[in-house]
Amino acid sequence: MEVLRPATLAEALEARSARPEAFPIAGGTDVMVAVNFDRLRPEAFLDLSRLDELRGWHEEDGEVVLGAGLTFARIERELASLPALAQAARSVGSPQIRARGTIGGNLATASPAGDALPALAAYEADVVLGSAARGERRVSLREFLLGPKRTSLEPDELVLAVRFRSPHGPGSFSKVGTRNAMVIAVASLCLQLDEDARAVRVAMGSVGPTVLRATEAEAFAARALAEAGAFDAAAAPVPAATLREFGQLAGAAARPIDDVRGTAAYRRHAVEVLARRALSWALEGRPAGRRAAG
Amino acid sequence: MLVRTRVNGEWREADVWPGASLLSMLRDDLGLLGTKNACEQGECGSCSAWLDGEVVCSCLVLAAQAEGREVRTVEDLADGDRLHPVQQAFLDAGAVQCGFCTPGMVVAATDLLERDPDPSDEAVREALSGNLCRCTGYQKIVDAVRLAASRAGGGA
Repeated sequence: MEVLRPATLAEALEARSARPEAFPIAGGTDVMVAVNFDRLRPEAFLDLSRLDELRGWHEEDGEVVLGAGLTFARIERELASLPALAQAARSVGSPQIRARGTIGGNLATASPAGDALPALAAYEADVVLGSAARGERRVSLREFLLGPKRTSLEPDELVLAVRFRSPHGPGSFSKVGTRNAMVIAVASLCLQLDEDARAVRVAMGSVGPTVLRATEAEAFAARALAEAGAFDAAAAPVPAATLREFGQLAGAAARPIDDVRGTAAYRRHAVEVLARRALSWALEGRPAGRRAAG
Repeated sequence: MLVRTRVNGEWREADVWPGASLLSMLRDDLGLLGTKNACEQGECGSCSAWLDGEVVCSCLVLAAQAEGREVRTVEDLADGDRLHPVQQAFLDAGAVQCGFCTPGMVVAATDLLERDPDPSDEAVREALSGNLCRCTGYQKIVDAVRLAASRAGGGA
């Protein structure tokens, strides 16, 4: 076994191409668990933690661009302007995990419970992939995430960044688990109002093979909010029955399974409740950082 | 493979298995046994140490990733026989029972107080949320952090 330690992105892409069997490691918060428990013994590691090119975030052509090496701690500290994503980052593991775990790792690991994924799905983000041979390509999150721990990343590619238009409108991320810290989501949900497009976007985690959009619920909510005049007047009342029906449609879009963390029935119920609450928070313009209680 | 790291202000070198964690290098190669090994999956925080100034679970860092970097462990805190104020506060508040989680707790608490000398209870609990203690029920640990903060003049 050996550890390849490229100092630049160009070197990293060359190494990735020359040694596709080398397992990429960035923050290590998933990879090292597998190593420590003898479940992963690659011929080599490709250490991405030294690549300054991937570490930061910036705005470009009207989009927010998050480098793959951006940590959850920095998202939490620096991206309060994206409340749903910042709340998702805040809910990852513990301070120690957030100091190391990266957005690129969340993407490449492609866990159905990846905390950042519902927010990125609700932002309709694209993933930027790179290889030495073919340069950069950009794919939608839907094209990137194929299933549990499966992505469309080619063996010679690395995740370079994720990019999206910053949404105009309130948004939130909420997550159900057994305690506030160190929790793998039993169910999670991101709701983002897009006031420019007069749309509501809902993405759910841990209730399907990968992050799921609740498209019928989205269309229903957009229609109901338009009819109630809620896109034009923040105070326009939206009937409670509308919120309930919206929650039921979100629950119906879930494709959960029974596992050690919860039953399928509980998960479907959980996203119904999260969806209903998230829409009411968005409408009330309630402060960011709220958690679903009970 | 050879890994060269600055540990507690001193350059150290260790010949490690390439899949070894920073925790394993600290304990097994450098003989720094204050950093504890329990869960090896980032759940318990007993291996907490500073890497380039940020508290991390050293079990989740590949030793090779610490090459050329700055590592600080719990051994850096006491000055000879004189305990660090956070360590002294843990003793005085009765925040130590079996003691296994204590080094990780002390590292996380020290890091918090270095950033925020007068933290709220919520901030204390948040800063310690990645550190498990199965003895104390946490209240005395929170008391200890508050005691350390008040002795440093950081508030009530």
